[in-house]
Amino acid sequence: MNPATHSGRARRIGGLIRKETLQILRDPSAMVIAGILPLLLLFLFGYGVSLDLRQVALCLVVEQPNAETGSLAASFANSRYFTLESGRDRRQCDADLVAGRLKGVVVVAADFAARASRGDAAPIQVIVDGSDPNTAGLVQNYIQGVFGNWLRQQQIASAAPAPAQVSLVPRLWYNPSIESRNFLLPGLVVVIMALIGTLLTALVVAREWERGTMEALMSTPIGIAELLIGKLVPYFVLGMAAMAISVATAVFVFAVPYRGSVAALLLVSSVFLASMLALGLLISTLARNQFVASQIALIGAFLPAFLLSGLIFEISSMPLPIRLLTNLLPARYFVPAMQTLFLVGDVGAVLVPSTLSMAAIAAVLFAATARNTRTRLD
Amino acid sequence: MATLVELDGVSKRFGATLAIDALSAVVKGGEVTGIVGPDGAGKTTLLRLIDGLLRADAGKITVCGRNAATEAAAIHTVAGYMPQRFGLYEDLTVHENLTLYADLRGVVAAERARAFTRLLGFTKLEPFQKRLAGQLSGGMKQKLGLACTLIRKPELLLLDEPGVGVDPISRRELWAMVYELVDQGIGIVWSTSYLDEAERCGNVIVLNEGKLLYQGTPGALTSRAAGRSFLVTEAGEGRRKLLSHAMTLPEIADGVIQGRGIRLVVAEGEAAPTAASLGVAEEVSVWPVAPRFEDAFVALLGAKATHQSALAGVRHAGERDAIVVAANALTKRYGSFTAADHISFAIKRGEIFGLLGPNGAGKSTTFKMMCGLLRPTSGTTSVAGIDLYRAGSAGRARIGYMAQKFSLYGDLSVRQNLAFFAGVYGLKGERRAAAIARMIATFALTPYLEADSGSLPLGFKQRLALACAIMHEPDVLFLDEPTSGVDPLTRREFWAHINATVERGVTVMVTTHFMDEAEYCDRVALVYRGRVIAEGSPDDLKASVATGETQEPTLEDAFIALVDADESRLAS
Repeated sequence: MNPATHSGRARRIGGLIRKETLQILRDPSAMVIAGILPLLLLFLFGYGVSLDLRQVALCLVVEQPNAETGSLAASFANSRYFTLESGRDRRQCDADLVAGRLKGVVVVAADFAARASRGDAAPIQVIVDGSDPNTAGLVQNYIQGVFGNWLRQQQIASAAPAPAQVSLVPRLWYNPSIESRNFLLPGLVVVIMALIGTLLTALVVAREWERGTMEALMSTPIGIAELLIGKLVPYFVLGMAAMAISVATAVFVFAVPYRGSVAALLLVSSVFLASMLALGLLISTLARNQFVASQIALIGAFLPAFLLSGLIFEISSMPLPIRLLTNLLPARYFVPAMQTLFLVGDVGAVLVPSTLSMAAIAAVLFAATARNTRTRLD
Repeated sequence: MATLVELDGVSKRFGATLAIDALSAVVKGGEVTGIVGPDGAGKTTLLRLIDGLLRADAGKITVCGRNAATEAAAIHTVAGYMPQRFGLYEDLTVHENLTLYADLRGVVAAERARAFTRLLGFTKLEPFQKRLAGQLSGGMKQKLGLACTLIRKPELLLLDEPGVGVDPISRRELWAMVYELVDQGIGIVWSTSYLDEAERCGNVIVLNEGKLLYQGTPGALTSRAAGRSFLVTEAGEGRRKLLSHAMTLPEIADGVIQGRGIRLVVAEGEAAPTAASLGVAEEVSVWPVAPRFEDAFVALLGAKATHQSALAGVRHAGERDAIVVAANALTKRYGSFTAADHISFAIKRGEIFGLLGPNGAGKSTTFKMMCGLLRPTSGTTSVAGIDLYRAGSAGRARIGYMAQKFSLYGDLSVRQNLAFFAGVYGLKGERRAAAIARMIATFALTPYLEADSGSLPLGFKQRLALACAIMHEPDVLFLDEPTSGVDPLTRREFWAHINATVERGVTVMVTTHFMDEAEYCDRVALVYRGRVIAEGSPDDLKASVATGETQEPTLEDAFIALVDADESRLAS
């Protein structure tokens, strides 16, 4: 390649980057998508969404109160997980359970004291609103926990020999306070990046088609690679800025620990962002219409990043076809990578394969985009 | 001059439609080659094929010695192409747009500075360099688009309908610029559906439905109609009826209303028409006139426009001279900007009244206020005795409205559209069935009843749109640029229907920036910068600007002269 062509190419790319930057600076919607949207989502999820149970409405039915049931009731009342009502008859609570005002009912039968001292298997009855299986499971576990604690205390108090020889003392690593926020927010950064990366680029190429400027660009000596680079560079910078804002907010506002290195974060998120920008360009090239492009970006990038990345729902418990499908999603690799970087540190065994997988997906997407972006209209 | 483009048996198909059909033609340097044809003739496709943006299915295209199918990149370095929507970035300034295209076309350093100075001077955009392209007027955008394509002087310049959406004054300036480029040896291809633009080209390629009808000088085509064009004057009020009758005669090939007269073209070898041959008792005068490109073009299309409209018939009762539509000191302000400034006019029953003016002059604003779609800042409107803004749906049932763009439901069938609009206008039961049947019969819609209206041929879309606007027998009909971009035959047929409704006593108000359409009006008001600067019949307006220099000015000449006069009055 002679130097003249080379400098011509650099100038064309430079011209496009300058043009795109000016458009970003003048277009309030790009700044809103990159600057305001991440903050909005982070605050929404940071404050509003939590997978921990707090203050579950529970009814404790004691059929025949006595000293034992009194101390059990006190155990439930002292727990920070429950707000407690009490009653004398289970039927009183049925209506509230049906209406959803109660998440669960604990029935302490009249013969409770006798059964408890005999060491019966089910001295109390637990009824849980099973319409939301997740919550139901949690409520059940928490009740069992409270009851187990009480039982142990009773045994210590009565100086009876402990029935179990082995006692479990759980120790949680990486997230000792079991704050769901600490793993949700790093994952949420992924969702934000997926949305911004695809939406921004999905809109811009479609806009060129809609406004007829693509036709004019194509009639100049510009090449496909130049056109793509000219589009990618400004939005890459914008996406990384959004990334920095999100990470800073998570760390400094929500006090999520960050244990990895900045270099690793930069590398992994660059690769992820590149794959998302490529997906956006591909969508945009195929849709040629801003409305359709934004819809596809939401369905093709945002929702999978949210639902299929393992952030909210465990991938290993998904049906096989869906599980296989998640392997094609860059977010599926980026979520564990981010959670590892935030909560554990630079763990090569997680980061290296994740990054390589995302790079492979990005490469395929870029190739597909280049194939479909032709300097031709048909 | 050298041949720049050679098309040899070129075909291009999109799905089932053959957009270009075995076309062979040449474009030479140093002249303007017009690609002339109605909407959908294949003009844009042909330009895209020449620029290598589309690949031909068959045939060979050579552009400046290069094969358009394989060497598109090389063609892009020597050819400039301005698409229909200019290819400008509206959120960039004039200067930023130029800079982008200079980067893309590799115009740098001192060469760039020289190019900018030359082009900004050439387009007179020098004072507006910092303005965003989106805030320029249509004409200025067009000039900026042209400047961007000229940043590196091309051998071949392809312009796709540069005259659309540009007022007559800017259009004339654009032509002056193009002629200057021709003098520099550049070959220019200018596509257009306006036949007056075709006459300004050195060479024309006439297309219809993808087929080549003619290639050669416009003069040679026009001369085919030599000695066959006549102007019939003094027909007065009866001219619409006379035209309708004349078109039934075998010796008359074509006819249109032109101001107070009728322009007739006789078939080849026929004698001049006389009062007797036209079957009129009154004294009419028949004058031979110079042929126009349009006369020959219509003959070339081969078919005779149908001037018979089944709408013709019983006249409405009602006094002929009654004022049906009136605007009194109609004013609309948006902040400090006055879009319409004390506009007044009155339209009599059975009259066709035109609001004529460049884009942004205020004619659409006025039109919307008349229809009751926009509240005037001050002033009043009256349509059939009511104020439509306040009258609501009952009052609106007295008017019919046909929008500029095809505004029916494209994915409903013809029958469904008719049924829908009948319902909208409150027609029920037998009246509704009768109205629909009448429209189907009048506009011969039977073959297309079950077809999606979006897929209809242009002429039938026009018919359907008109049918939906008049099926409830309105007293007043509002038409917004009804036939822009339509081929001459379809336009003639459309106006035949309008003329027939007018004969029945319907009052018509039409907005247009299209001079041919204005010729059909009894009276026009010229709107400029929110004010009516001239009013009268098209003939009056023409006569008012006739000088020793231009003895027979066209309506466009009159338009430009009147706007110029207004400009200089404001300046002094």
